[in-house]
Amino acid sequence: MTPSPVEALSLEGITKRFGALTANDAVSFSLREGEVVALLGENGAGKTTLMNILFGQYAADSGTVRVFGKTLPSGNSRAALDAGVGMVHQHFTLADNLTVQENITLGAEPLFRLRADRAGARQRILDLSEKYHLSVAPDARVGALTVGERQRVEILKALYRDVRILILDEPTAVLTPQEAEDLFTTLRLAIADGLSIIFISHKLHEVMAIADRVVVLRHGKVTGGVNTKETDKAALAALMMGTQTETPKVANASPGAPLLTLTNVTTRNKGSAPGLKDVTLSLKAGQIIGLAGVSGNGQAAIADVVGGTLAPTTGTLDIGGRKQGNWSPRIAVQNGIARIPEDRHKTGTISDFDLTENAILERYTDAEFSKSGWLNWRAARNFASEIIQKYDVRCPGPDTPIRLLSGGNMQKLILGRTLEANPNVILANQPVRGLDIGAVNYVHSQLLAARDRGAAVLLISEDLDEIMTLSDVVHVIYDGQLSPAFTRGQKSPAELGLWMAGQGYESEVRDAS
Amino acid sequence: MRLEPLTAPSIVRKVGFPIAALCGTVFIASMLAMLAGANPFSVLGLILKGAFGSQFALLETLNRATPLIFTGLAVAVAFRAKFWNIGAEAQLYAGALMTVLLGTGALPWPSIALLPLLALVAILAGALLLLVPAILKTRFGVDEVVTTLLFNFIFLLFISMLLEGPLKDPMGMGWPKSARLVQDARLPRIFESLRLHWGFGLALISAVGIWVIQTRSTLGYEMRAVGLNRQAAAFAGIPVNRVLLKTALLSGGLAALAGFSEVAGVKASLTLDLSPGYGYTGIIVAMLALLNPLGVVVAALFVAGIFVGADSMSRAANVPTYLADMMLAIALLLMVLAILLTRFRIVRD
Amino acid sequence: MEIVEILFTASFWAAAIRIASPLIFATLGEVICERAGVLNLGIEGIMVAGAFAGWMAVYSGTGLWVGVGVAMVVGMLFGLLHSALTVPFGLSQHVVGLGVTLLATSSTYYAYRLALPEVTSPPKIVAFQPFEISLLSEIPIVGEALFSQTPLTYLAFISVAVVAFILYRTPLGLAVRAAGENPNAVAAQGLSVTAIRMGAVIFGSGLMAVGGAFLTMSAFDSFFFEMVNGRGWICIALVVFGSWRPGKALLGAVLFAAFDALQIRVQQTSIGTAVPYQIFLMMPYILSILALVMMSRRAEIPAALMVPFNKGER
Repeated sequence: MTPSPVEALSLEGITKRFGALTANDAVSFSLREGEVVALLGENGAGKTTLMNILFGQYAADSGTVRVFGKTLPSGNSRAALDAGVGMVHQHFTLADNLTVQENITLGAEPLFRLRADRAGARQRILDLSEKYHLSVAPDARVGALTVGERQRVEILKALYRDVRILILDEPTAVLTPQEAEDLFTTLRLAIADGLSIIFISHKLHEVMAIADRVVVLRHGKVTGGVNTKETDKAALAALMMGTQTETPKVANASPGAPLLTLTNVTTRNKGSAPGLKDVTLSLKAGQIIGLAGVSGNGQAAIADVVGGTLAPTTGTLDIGGRKQGNWSPRIAVQNGIARIPEDRHKTGTISDFDLTENAILERYTDAEFSKSGWLNWRAARNFASEIIQKYDVRCPGPDTPIRLLSGGNMQKLILGRTLEANPNVILANQPVRGLDIGAVNYVHSQLLAARDRGAAVLLISEDLDEIMTLSDVVHVIYDGQLSPAFTRGQKSPAELGLWMAGQGYESEVRDAS
Repeated sequence: MRLEPLTAPSIVRKVGFPIAALCGTVFIASMLAMLAGANPFSVLGLILKGAFGSQFALLETLNRATPLIFTGLAVAVAFRAKFWNIGAEAQLYAGALMTVLLGTGALPWPSIALLPLLALVAILAGALLLLVPAILKTRFGVDEVVTTLLFNFIFLLFISMLLEGPLKDPMGMGWPKSARLVQDARLPRIFESLRLHWGFGLALISAVGIWVIQTRSTLGYEMRAVGLNRQAAAFAGIPVNRVLLKTALLSGGLAALAGFSEVAGVKASLTLDLSPGYGYTGIIVAMLALLNPLGVVVAALFVAGIFVGADSMSRAANVPTYLADMMLAIALLLMVLAILLTRFRIVRD
Repeated sequence: MEIVEILFTASFWAAAIRIASPLIFATLGEVICERAGVLNLGIEGIMVAGAFAGWMAVYSGTGLWVGVGVAMVVGMLFGLLHSALTVPFGLSQHVVGLGVTLLATSSTYYAYRLALPEVTSPPKIVAFQPFEISLLSEIPIVGEALFSQTPLTYLAFISVAVVAFILYRTPLGLAVRAAGENPNAVAAQGLSVTAIRMGAVIFGSGLMAVGGAFLTMSAFDSFFFEMVNGRGWICIALVVFGSWRPGKALLGAVLFAAFDALQIRVQQTSIGTAVPYQIFLMMPYILSILALVMMSRRAEIPAALMVPFNKGER
């Protein structure tokens, strides 16, 4: 597995600006044939932008990309693919209603050919999936696949086109630790065949496990490059974050009375996402309850039920001991549930509304903001200004459209508008996804402060590290079923990984009967 | 090429592109007039003169603008909530039908009581007519574009059936035409000496009323939220379907007022050519006004001016009146493009 | 009883197929647009423009097939306008579609007035004549109905097979379907979403125009205002009814046309004279709405229909 001296790829002086923001600032690095380079950096460091330039989805403002000595035209994915560069995006680029084979062969043949060799293509897919341990059924509809299987399709898409360089953008973010191991097996097989790999991650242990060399990006610039053999995690962390920022200290909490309880809750499946299956969950005062699991295993359903957008088909939901008959977002908010939604751009805020309009979104019917159908804009504006000040939302003012704010500031507004209502229960669904390290620490410290004030926090995240650091109690969700509660430190990441992969639930049922 | 959102669009962009769109429209219209063998400058001059050049022309334009303000408001209200009401034409006729049903002698009321009642019943009829596609949308997820469009055809046939049947005026010499309204059901003129009826006044009041609702009321806030991002609105607890139904009621009612105003203010009876497509033209009015209720008034005057001006230009310069429709279609397409370019920048790559 | 008898006559089914033909072309065109992710509400106006263009070409002395070609090109030009605004610029497909319908209709009427300023009743052309396919046309009812049609009707049926083959069996069709399902998937495979979508809308619009041309060149021999009369909107409903599949859309169009043909015949029976004729004229529109309501739950709508794609935006 020693890389050959042949240079597969070289990036020289890549610069890319988005308005005032410089996402990549004169970035240069190279990759040899058969080598694995990890691109390490915090969220917002410019990793994904750089790879999108390499893959031709963005055009760089300056700089050149060379693949096996040939310069790639800028902003042309087709040319990148033809030169042998393939990319597995963090957000999969698959069409759900098409089959696996259709997704893989899409664009691989000349468009204006009358006969498509379907049998040949199918055989080739089967051969590749056997060779690289990527088992998928060619005729399955992609929408019916699990997240892990979809990733295999993404990788097959690249391999089918004989790529020589494979870019993987945060490939393990959606996998269980075991699935991640399988992925590494596949990647090692590919490397043995002479493929070169760029592996984007911010997880240090993975980087140490798979990469030959690490290139660190910070604020759009290359801040270091080291061979993994000559470094360790601590040194990498220092390189990645620069001056170490303060991560919040987590002290143990003493739980109080249950504030929100789901008892034997079942919900319908939603497309390929499973509904909840007989879930019982108690959120107690002064506690952070972490919900771990591979995405698409029922997290959305549990968030919807707690947040009021979905009523259970069977089972009950009670708040502070009172059983809830009707259930809607408005009732949830009125009962002191604060909701931080998974997608702040699409569900949390209305981009073309200004900060004031977004601040009162959940509570415009309150007497504070409206009387008999007429809004009190002055009160609304004051409320927005208060949040801006108290939660340090960086913006020109309450009349700014929220789409102009950074993700972190948007999240601060959402935090502010919910926390100002002094909620008993906080639903935090992927609260730090896509935020930079400063914003991450801010959000975490606010959640911890709310806990210490006596609120119950339900933290849903795909990042096992985040869950394990913050949660007093951890549940794992798999296919709509909830694991028993594990207290802090009771299970190792690998043990939780087994639960995330669906092991343990059956024995649990057997033990119970 | 790619579109990049602008954080702070310059004033030149904000004003320049819409003006360029209007200039482009005039330019293309000139070319088209030349195709018809006319001098473009004299054609444009004739349109302007025919629309605004005399007191008679101006009053004609204001009268023509009246139904367009109503249908424009109807469309603007609905489109703001992304409820695609293309059925203002049918709702207009629903309003007209009610006016004729109750205004031809069925109720021997004085004007002061009869007119408000007629308006109210008209509003109700238009609202109910649009409620059907609205419910089909919220209940069954049926696209309202197609249903409201098809309703136009169905409802016009229905009117035609009534006019050849029970509503047919026995004194109408065999024409499919309803009886005339009683005098108390006629909208009076605003000024005794000017040929402009109170329908225009009602249209202006409605425009201001809708503007106040949109900017100050919770309903207006809800409608804007639903229109901009249905998912976020639902998450926040806004009852999206109920808001859509309310929007439909409001929109249908406004369109119906156009029918009421045309019958009670101008025609005094119902015929199948009561509206030369005011319902469809309302879409153009609303789009040119950027869905702003006050802008609707200005846009309606502009559109009415083009129609009235084109009529008199056509007689004088022998250019088909369809030039007016083409100008509006071009103005519409160029304007939506111009508005996009005030917010986004085109990036080549 | 009379109604049942009507259903077993070849002339009835022949009429149904004839009525269905323009709908088949236009529905097929709309299927292609929507499969690529673009709702084309320009359909009504494009049919008007196609009807006029084909007829005018023949009236000016070209051959019939050249006339069909001219109609197609005119339709494609309006498709180009529609797609240029809705695809790279991502403008509202509702607004642009209605704008294109308005522009196509008004410019057709304008052109008609310019071309024939003096006429009161539009001139007739020698249109496509029925072409009996020997042997096949002698099969009772089915053969008589299907195989004594004009060549344009045969072309409509052939087009369905060709489009179905392209959509489901060729790399191009796969790319079109993928563009309507997830444009990001198309872009990630190095294909141009813009080119695919624009191409689909342009070609689809061409078919819509041929549908319009059928009216003047195979059904009425002449052009008059309001002749399309909402057929375009009905085709939008037929696309949904046909679940965005060419074959099912064909079936829907024929079924729909059969109702229409039946309605015309029932009008002449004893029941028909008792009921106002407007009721019968309403039936096609009411049927379309009912079809939409029935299918709305089951329909497999293309996932990215009406979702604009802006490169580099996630």
